[in-house]
Amino acid sequence: MRIGYLYKTLFLSELRAGLGVTWRNLFRPKFTIQYPEEKTPQSPRFRGLHAQRRYPNGEERCIACKLCEAVCPALAITIESEVAADGTRRTKRYDIDLFKCIFCGFCEEACPVDAIVETRIHEYHMERRGENILTKDKLLAIGDKYEAMIAADKAADAEYR
Amino acid sequence: MIELTTASIASMWAAVPAAIQDTLLITLRILVVLVPLILAVAYLTYAERKVIGYIQNRIGPNRVGPKGLLQPFADVIKLLLKEVVIPSNANRALFVVAPLLTLTPAFAAWAVIPLFPGFVLADINAALLYVLALTSLGVYGVILAGWATNSKYAFLGAMRSAAQIVAYEIAMGFALVGVVMASGSLNLGEIIEGQRGSVLHWYWLPLLPLFMIYFISGVAETNRAPFDVAEGESEIVAGFHVEYAGVGFALFFLAEYANMILISALTAILFLGGWLSPFEGILGADNILARPGFFWFALKTSVFLFLFLWFRATFPRYRYDQIMRLGWKVFIPLTLVWIFVEGAMIAFDIGPWFD
Repeated sequence: MRIGYLYKTLFLSELRAGLGVTWRNLFRPKFTIQYPEEKTPQSPRFRGLHAQRRYPNGEERCIACKLCEAVCPALAITIESEVAADGTRRTKRYDIDLFKCIFCGFCEEACPVDAIVETRIHEYHMERRGENILTKDKLLAIGDKYEAMIAADKAADAEYR
Repeated sequence: MIELTTASIASMWAAVPAAIQDTLLITLRILVVLVPLILAVAYLTYAERKVIGYIQNRIGPNRVGPKGLLQPFADVIKLLLKEVVIPSNANRALFVVAPLLTLTPAFAAWAVIPLFPGFVLADINAALLYVLALTSLGVYGVILAGWATNSKYAFLGAMRSAAQIVAYEIAMGFALVGVVMASGSLNLGEIIEGQRGSVLHWYWLPLLPLFMIYFISGVAETNRAPFDVAEGESEIVAGFHVEYAGVGFALFFLAEYANMILISALTAILFLGGWLSPFEGILGADNILARPGFFWFALKTSVFLFLFLWFRATFPRYRYDQIMRLGWKVFIPLTLVWIFVEGAMIAFDIGPWFD
């Protein structure tokens, strides 16, 4: 055993085996994705930026039930409710603090009317203090803008829910 | 207005005093070696990032210029534009001088490196001694940097690197003794000429253990992975150059890579016949592939440089005591034994090498 060990160390057998591994990897296809030009595939379940949806007739879905506020583990959601002019229960204020949010998707699962959803948008930034708060107006605007995408994603995932 | 014709330039040149003519010519020759060397250093950093990237299944830098080829220039410009920070407790003079002290020997050693037949800046007889002396001088810059910084981590890094360089210097010296015994000369050009014949006449074959030990010691000498405890990130941040930023850091970087190229070039010269062609004695003497030239020297040097990068991507860092054990208890005895074996081979005229 001693002789074998001596032979192995003198002729660097294990070092050469290691070099062989790296040599083979030198020629293997590379995993790099050239990010802005290429992107990795996304699931329809992707949990990115939040949005609030409307019914097709333009009516807000959110009924200020506060289930999302209750379920939110990071306490990122703040809701104040009121009775709207038409007598329905609506939110006066619906803020999501993106710095607190952990993008767990519980709010989306808790929502009985599919009002709050997480879209697949993940490329956004904030430049000034305060921009991290998604207000009700901003949420509705995102929802209006990406409604087609959100609806398609929900439809694709519907049969598993 | 003077017209710049060949004749007018020649007459202007003749008007310059002989002493200044010499100085100008020597400066020009030095520039011819140094400028490509600095460019080679720049592209060695690029090659390092690309090769290691490929080995790790990435593609490395590819954003600055086509295929990322301008990346080294972007890096250099960034480093030069950065603020020079001198720690308040540092010894200012030594702190500034230290990077230069590591860089100068790394460049000065190129004076005796024969690049192609008939071209060497200084054709001196004790070239090998000169190289040995200059490569050892580099350690002063490292020690000074560590000491002048006046920080525990820099000092620890400097001590480690100094002890390591001194230990491997000895094994390297013995490996060189083997080459000197085989060639009977300290002049690098003559050492190359002594290997003339074919691939089998090069010294790598009779001096195989010395060849391996020389190159591995060279890796240790330049403080490269897997012997880079001097800058072990996990223990002492960056070693002797922790507090250096901007230009100082760039100079240390330059010196490290210039040393890598120097060690590779020396290994190619001493053991693989420098600018000799590997096809010499196999193809006919008229064949263009069989002719000696700069190409072969560059090719052999590049192979060793690739080995440096390959080692770095493959091996985990040695522990400090393991490095010392390898240097003192393995390499030095091995070289001594092989010098005796070589002496016996010379005494009994063995092979094509020692007749």
